[in-house]
Amino acid sequence: MNKITNNKAWFLVLPVFFIVAISAIIPLMTVVNYSVQDIFDPQTRFFVGTEWFEQVLGDSRLHDALIRQIIYTLSVLFIEIPLGIAVALTLPRKGWGVSASMVLLALPLLIPWNVVGTIWQIFGRADIGLGGYVINLLGIDYNYSQNPMDAWVTVLVMDVWHWTSLIVLLCYAGLRSIPDAYYQAAKIDGASRWAVFRFIQLPKMQSVLVIGVLLRFMDSFMIYTEPFVLTGGGPGNATTFLSQFLTRMAVGQFDLGPAAAFSLVYFLIILLVCWVFYTVVMNAGKREEQ
Amino acid sequence: MHFQKRHIGLLLYILFLLLPIYWLFNMSIKTNTEILGAMTLFPDNPTLANYATILTDPAWYSGYINSMIYVGINVIISLVVALPAAYAFSRFNFTGDKHLFFWLLTNRMAPPAVFLLPFFQLYSSVGLFDTHIAVALAHCLFNVPLAVWILEGFMSGIPKEIDETAYIDGYSFPRFFATIFIPLIRSGIGVTAFFCFMFSWVELLLARTLTSVDAKPIVATMTRTVSASGLDWGVLAAAGVLTIVPGALVIWFVRNYIAKGFAMGRV
Repeated sequence: MNKITNNKAWFLVLPVFFIVAISAIIPLMTVVNYSVQDIFDPQTRFFVGTEWFEQVLGDSRLHDALIRQIIYTLSVLFIEIPLGIAVALTLPRKGWGVSASMVLLALPLLIPWNVVGTIWQIFGRADIGLGGYVINLLGIDYNYSQNPMDAWVTVLVMDVWHWTSLIVLLCYAGLRSIPDAYYQAAKIDGASRWAVFRFIQLPKMQSVLVIGVLLRFMDSFMIYTEPFVLTGGGPGNATTFLSQFLTRMAVGQFDLGPAAAFSLVYFLIILLVCWVFYTVVMNAGKREEQ
Repeated sequence: MHFQKRHIGLLLYILFLLLPIYWLFNMSIKTNTEILGAMTLFPDNPTLANYATILTDPAWYSGYINSMIYVGINVIISLVVALPAAYAFSRFNFTGDKHLFFWLLTNRMAPPAVFLLPFFQLYSSVGLFDTHIAVALAHCLFNVPLAVWILEGFMSGIPKEIDETAYIDGYSFPRFFATIFIPLIRSGIGVTAFFCFMFSWVELLLARTLTSVDAKPIVATMTRTVSASGLDWGVLAAAGVLTIVPGALVIWFVRNYIAKGFAMGRV
């Protein structure tokens, strides 16, 4: 759509600008302020330059948390994206089944995050939870509060349970925008099921999949509440991801300087990955159009 | 809907989604002795005692009221400021528009854990700590950018000729916006309100940090009860079920637009 150039449009944007500026710029400045100072009390503070950054970037506990976080986020993406696409392909296109599946699929997304944690905390327990009980019944020794591997898998399954629906709904929106004529043409050409998927359905889902991957990357990279309720980051540090690490540092130990420095690094990593991904995909899309 | 083989996969997936929720519900209508006793798929003596505990104890039900209030305030603020801005982004080029849009989105990417302490200090210093408005404003950090993003998608789907015709007919901008444009994007506004509701309703970290007593949300009540009084599994499960109900109700209202809404109106 051709847009008119009109700088008066800024007046329409001003309310948003102010409300986001209050809740974004002022706190961000506070974080920057902390990250370069050593603060004993409001009157006694020293400028320390990049010392906190050096300390944080060299912290081996942080490296561990970062590696755990990266493995976790990659696992989330590799499971949820294909599974989401697969489920979206099985959804009915018309009839009462559409509304019913929409409501049921969206249900986990509307559950408060700590309740999601609580649900799985209960479900996974061997004594009172159906899931944990059945797994132990099958002869597998499963206990998410003792065994690090079990805890990690439980957090991952919980995330799949919680968020795959988002990918399903996104893909479904993309699939529904394909005119029936495309499928008929494919049928006449004798296209295989795979060819229909690769050349008709996947391209239509591309733009929504970008949104999906971005949202899942950001949110799984910031995950806090669900593992906090389920395992508290344990056993040991098995499910301590970056947000948990940061909160422990800032609120638990009150190391404001290092916590602030780490906050900035954390935020920049997310920004950078999202920006690179977004730019690469958008450019690839443009090249395909030409 | 004809039953096909592919629907088996869908049914299995939905079963996987519903089983943990069912288990929570199942526990909420059992007594604690039954929960800790034998494993039963259905309660032997269904009881509503756990729900009665919550609905009669102000420490519990005030949490629901507090959550409703700040979620409501947040949805209204987000929609009111995002509507004109989304219109500006969808219709005009202006200096710095692309940068502004990306900057707005970066706030959706900011980990709430980063803003925890600064928010606490900011709202304490202006005397807003432990008020509903503080939580509502804090949630604007991610809800306003999201609302602008979704509304912009829906508005770009409305042909510009409609605006031009209205101006030629002598409509002023506010009158055009209120009487013609807003009714046209009703479904978009509904979907946006749904998303603002959703992300404000499910958030725990900021809501918990910015409140202590007067505005304590239900999600915080739940975590604090877990740590304080040992574990009353039945009441905890009932409280969990009650937090799912409002979400289920709003999904029902937007079910026909939900897929398009999740695609941010961009399909």
